[in-house]
Amino acid sequence: MTATTRVIPRAVVAAPSRSLRWIATDAFTIAWRNLLQVVRNPQLAVIDTITPIMFVLLFAFVFGGAIQVPGGNYVAYLMPGIFVQTVVFGATGTAIGLAEDLQKGLVDRFRSLPMAPSAVLIGRTFSDALRNLYTVLVMTVVGYLIGFRFDGGLPGALLALGLVVGFGYAISWISANIGLITKSAQAAQGAIFIPIFPLTFASSAFVPVASMPGWLRPIAEANPVTVVVNATRGLVSGAPDTATLVAALAWIAGLVVIFAPIALVSYRRRA
Amino acid sequence: MPPSAILTEGLAKSYGPVRALRGVNLDVPEATVLGLLGPNGAGKTTAVRILATLLVPDAGRALVSGRDVVREPDAVRSQIGLTGQYAAVDENLTGRENLELVGRLLHMGRGAARTRADELLAGFELTDAGRRPVRTYSGGMRRRLDLAASLVGRPKVLFLDEPTTGLDPRSRVGLWDVIAGLVAGGTTILLTTQYLEEADRLADRIAVIDDGQVIAEGTSGELKDRMGEDVVEMRLVESGRASEALALLAPLAAAEPRLDAETGRLMIPVHHAGGTLTDVVRRLDGANLEVAELSLHRPSLDDVFLALTGRRAEMEQEADGDARGRFGRRQQRKAA
Repeated sequence: MTATTRVIPRAVVAAPSRSLRWIATDAFTIAWRNLLQVVRNPQLAVIDTITPIMFVLLFAFVFGGAIQVPGGNYVAYLMPGIFVQTVVFGATGTAIGLAEDLQKGLVDRFRSLPMAPSAVLIGRTFSDALRNLYTVLVMTVVGYLIGFRFDGGLPGALLALGLVVGFGYAISWISANIGLITKSAQAAQGAIFIPIFPLTFASSAFVPVASMPGWLRPIAEANPVTVVVNATRGLVSGAPDTATLVAALAWIAGLVVIFAPIALVSYRRRA
Repeated sequence: MPPSAILTEGLAKSYGPVRALRGVNLDVPEATVLGLLGPNGAGKTTAVRILATLLVPDAGRALVSGRDVVREPDAVRSQIGLTGQYAAVDENLTGRENLELVGRLLHMGRGAARTRADELLAGFELTDAGRRPVRTYSGGMRRRLDLAASLVGRPKVLFLDEPTTGLDPRSRVGLWDVIAGLVAGGTTILLTTQYLEEADRLADRIAVIDDGQVIAEGTSGELKDRMGEDVVEMRLVESGRASEALALLAPLAAAEPRLDAETGRLMIPVHHAGGTLTDVVRRLDGANLEVAELSLHRPSLDDVFLALTGRRAEMEQEADGDARGRFGRRQQRKAA
């Protein structure tokens, strides 16, 4: 067992550096590992694929007949809502994955390496954004099969998907903070869904805000999920509303600007 | 005196009101092994976490390869390897991918990281398992992979935090061989353990740590001289006459005999167990002291503690790690 471990030349490791290039390289390596984890774990891969298909079909066929929406086409109304709801749920993976890495001691290993510390979080949120992108593409395909169309053409479609995945990315940074303060993956999962459920359902994702009771309407109107869903609906329908779009982008930028630095500091301090 | 690979001065760390470390001084010369021996909660892991740059001390300083762990953490990180109490490997990746991941995070380049991974897999007899996800590995294989992961960067200084806790005796001996091989190759190792036998086998010097302080330090031989080679443990029928028995047996003991107040057991460290045992029984018999239980065993961590502190090592504090610690100790006694 000892034969080849015995003769070990020293210190061939490159000198450490904190340059942007290193952050990018390390974040890419971490993201590679996170995605490999999904590929290597058939359960995760299946969940990533089946869940969005199920959501689209269930909502379209179960609620489709019952919910009256402006324009009367529930699939057209539903798809942007379900895009956003799914990426927000997908962003919970950031908390769970980080909590798991902390719990299993992997973060200790990362922190004992001369890598860029921020890369663990940047890589994690990046790989979760890629998972969300995959999910959104699967949903688009399923949506097309049941009559959904991007009426805004390719630029509108790309902008819509970018907006949706970008919002998921922003939520990932909130999620990262929860993952860093909880002690286990299970606790993280429990904690993250407490804000996520009201956030996604008290919004215009599945039903018009006008159908909600009076006291809830202002809350639902102000909900960033509503703002992003409405902006996406505009892009999908080919009639984007500039003010809503700007508001949605401001929400995304604002959430990242606030929650990313908090998470990065919290990661460095975490003992 | 060779230069110090690890040097700490007055290292202190508190978690709220709990003082985990209360001024720890360590000096580990290059290419030697220091065994940090102590029960759970003694501060061993805290010391390792500070030295591995995971934790900032409240006071004191620590140098690893001459670099300050607080001021130059990256310089320290490029010199060290860390193997924690739990195998820090990714269950879903293969063994090879785990090692490659560490190599890439050490900025070795993809090709070099792969070559190094294969090298280590071969060295740890994991080549065949290298393409399988780690979740299919046995406990011993995981620990080997974990140790391999801490060696990817060819560290000068290696921290092993209870590397064999929870392993079966055979895997434990296998890991000991690997560690012995690394030392022979010139690596400096700081090893924490709850097992005296492990420290005895691997460490050049042993520091006994309790309640955040080093309470004894020396070579295994020096500590043993304080302990005796064996311990005669007994319980009297009339527990009230314990002090009488202690006085009677003191001349036979290699170190001061002790009474464990909690259990009423007498511990008499002895050299040359065989002949002494007869003498012990003869003396007790002569004084009409009836013995309820009598046993002879190699000094355990408990005995070290009892000898050094006058109390047991209190291994029952934390449920999980401790159950394993006690199990291991029992095994060790059986083996001895």
